[in-house]
Amino acid sequence: MNVTYPAASFRQNATKPPASDPLLTVQNLNVSFGPAHSRRAVVKGVSFRVEEGRCVAIVGESGSGKSVTARTLVGLTGARSHVQADRLTFQGKNIDRLGDREWRALRGKRIGFVLQDALVSLDPLRPVGKEIGEALSVHRAIRTRADLTERVVELLNLVGVPEPAVKARQLPHELSGGQRQRALIATAIALDPALLIADEPTTALDVTIQAQILDLLSETRQRGKAMILISHNLAVVSQMADEVIVMRHGEIVEHGSSEQIFGDPRHDYTRGLLKAIPSVRSRGSRLSSSTAPRFISAEGETRALTQSNMAQRCSPLLEAERLVKRFRGPDGKLRTVVNDVSFRLGHGETLGIVGESGSGKTTVARMALALERPDQGEVTLEGSPWTAATEKERRQRRSDISVIYQDPLSSFDPRWTIERVIDDALARRSGNPLDRASRQSEVSELLDLVGLSPNFRTGRPLELSGGQRQRVAIARAIAPRPKIIVCDEPVAALDVSIQAQILDLLGDLKSHLRVSYLFISHDLGVVHHLSDRVLVMHHGVAVEAGGADDVFLRPWQPYTRKLVAAVPQLHFQAA
Amino acid sequence: MNAVKTIGHQSLWLARRLLSGLIVVWAAATFTFFVQFLMPGERAQIIFNANSGNVGEIPRDQLLAINAKYGFDQPVFVQYGKYVRDVMHGDLGQSYVQYQPVTDLIARQIGPTIALAFAAMLTAWIITITTTVLFAGRNNIWSKALGGFQVFLATLPPYWLATILLVVFAIQLRLFPVVGGNTLMGLVLPTMALALEIYGFLGQAVLSGFTRVLDQPFITSSRMRGTGDLSLRLRHALRHAALPGITLSGWIIGKLLSGAVLIEAVFGRQGLGGVLVAASSTRDVPVVSGVILVSAALFVAASLIVDLTIQLVDPRMKEA
Repeated sequence: MNVTYPAASFRQNATKPPASDPLLTVQNLNVSFGPAHSRRAVVKGVSFRVEEGRCVAIVGESGSGKSVTARTLVGLTGARSHVQADRLTFQGKNIDRLGDREWRALRGKRIGFVLQDALVSLDPLRPVGKEIGEALSVHRAIRTRADLTERVVELLNLVGVPEPAVKARQLPHELSGGQRQRALIATAIALDPALLIADEPTTALDVTIQAQILDLLSETRQRGKAMILISHNLAVVSQMADEVIVMRHGEIVEHGSSEQIFGDPRHDYTRGLLKAIPSVRSRGSRLSSSTAPRFISAEGETRALTQSNMAQRCSPLLEAERLVKRFRGPDGKLRTVVNDVSFRLGHGETLGIVGESGSGKTTVARMALALERPDQGEVTLEGSPWTAATEKERRQRRSDISVIYQDPLSSFDPRWTIERVIDDALARRSGNPLDRASRQSEVSELLDLVGLSPNFRTGRPLELSGGQRQRVAIARAIAPRPKIIVCDEPVAALDVSIQAQILDLLGDLKSHLRVSYLFISHDLGVVHHLSDRVLVMHHGVAVEAGGADDVFLRPWQPYTRKLVAAVPQLHFQAA
Repeated sequence: MNAVKTIGHQSLWLARRLLSGLIVVWAAATFTFFVQFLMPGERAQIIFNANSGNVGEIPRDQLLAINAKYGFDQPVFVQYGKYVRDVMHGDLGQSYVQYQPVTDLIARQIGPTIALAFAAMLTAWIITITTTVLFAGRNNIWSKALGGFQVFLATLPPYWLATILLVVFAIQLRLFPVVGGNTLMGLVLPTMALALEIYGFLGQAVLSGFTRVLDQPFITSSRMRGTGDLSLRLRHALRHAALPGITLSGWIIGKLLSGAVLIEAVFGRQGLGGVLVAASSTRDVPVVSGVILVSAALFVAASLIVDLTIQLVDPRMKEA
């Protein structure tokens, strides 16, 4: 059934319909939420079709309506939603306005759905085998208990889970992240549905696991099943999709073949999305369309000058000497989380630390912040003891080193105004304390520096978007005038275009304030884009270190090579 | 091999829990022992009054005789040592008033109280599960009314509710006996009086947990497999929502033991409540101490059962 049509016929309003009825037709789909008087349109006039055996990708930022569109196809948009479409057919049958029973007959059996992050998408209290078995028994596909168990083990084996009979009886948290995601995919393909919808199937996964899961999804496709792949990761999409739909604010802005979208994007928004991906090629250039902010603080300029002088005089700024950290696991055994890790961070330099989850990179960050005392080795700050000092001695110098986390919301007091959040950090600035009035003007300056208008002063963290929150977190981090900022996955929770803006901001601030970054991320592209030097961590050991280009373009350690190879590349280069 | 390790881990945990439970009971025993010295009046005087049936100054020879008989003339720590030794041998002493071992007294009355507490707990859980599964998280008026109704029940004083139930169902409608004794029918109204109040708290905890769980991705995931609403609620959501309720149940057991005192009084039931009230008013110290000690032991046992139940429902807790 894998018929190839000329690229033009996949676009919207294709003049010539394909010979046979497509598997899925969506015409002028509108979805809105809320009561009649204040209805919020989330999907506006979306039309597309999915042919048998083909993969259609929907990309867009969060809030673009891509997930809602997908959920419409299984009738799960929620109780407060209004779905309206000129045409909504699947396998030649109208699926608009189905009853609950009819929807249930469709779900799982004809349309399989994989949600992101199996850790929360599998019931944490039920063995994974039961979850897979549920997909089979709900549709009465299997009669006896013995057959069910056998089929579940078969399915786990099919998706590549080792020791399937053992894993079937274990709870989700006892499986690794990759195994969990495989098990979740097994629940979706248990009944061999004609269409598989995968909503961000690899978002929460490490890059090597992501590559394995993408391989698994490709295998499923090769068995002739159609797929709708939803992702904000364009590189993932370019590997898998035959067609790409780009959505923004509930509308389709561009729709075409993979070749066309990635090779010759027509719409500005698509071009912006492609340009926003940090990678080796983006080094030294801006990712977002924003221009560099004008920095108004004259004081900052002079400071930058004096610091650059200092950089020549004394180095390094932060030095870690053979750090070792062990933690006691739940079984009472000691686990070495960080093993003999050393690094130096010079003035105005960015050191990137990459590694998969559990590699010990966050523990290294916590020791750099002296929040955790190493079991062996020590961290020195400007040549004097840092982790070995007492907390009382450290307090004086705490303002020299700040931190930005992945999720700023949990590091803000939700009842505080933005002004108070930043003011609190200003008060901790060492040297001569600022009076109230100058602190107030400083808050405005800092907000300006991170690209927020002074109107945000009175806002509260919950009212801000993810990108705005991260800007406030950055303002708070630079408020005490640190020499070093530790960034622990600062863009991991952000959309690609917001991520681009934040990375640009961090780059601007670096050259302006002459701060050094200890930049931690699992995303090799992000680290490569921003870092001067890179440290690769694996199971607590620093396996490779060196200049960013050397490590990523000419890796010599097998693990680094595997890591670099697993990163999905854009298959078509934007012109 | 893994299983062996888990069992070892489990039994170590159990041993630690039993030890800490023992310490709680010992602390309760010690506390009640020393509190009796803070109470006004000579113990010999109390015993003399109970024996003679009148209130008067105890003659000197009687005082010495009683003190010698009960060992009150010994130093406090010798008395304490004897008390602890007796308790360890299962001897809670003699009632001053009723001339019989405290253990016999409690053993005779503990049955109805445990039956009442157990029935109330069971009833509260049954109502909780039924109403939650039927109404929670639905977008209708019943779903909203349920939460309000539970708050209303939780704020009602149980003895007042007991009186209302008694007047309506026993006296006016004559459906249940006014004074039930230990018959099954007699158990219904006291059980309801206790259960409805507990349901107010328990229902709230389970309801809010249930509503939260329904929004979890794994519920959506299961829906996307075609699972029906009822089996989703029963197989997935209920188990998660029950956890805070089970935790709360440990606290509720303590509340039940004290609540039973009032309810037993209203319905004229036999039970530990009556024993405690009578003993307190006659200052029958060994009986009061005994009831407190037994309550503490029951409470410890109940929290152990609660923790074991939680581990059964949420196997992840075994590792913690």
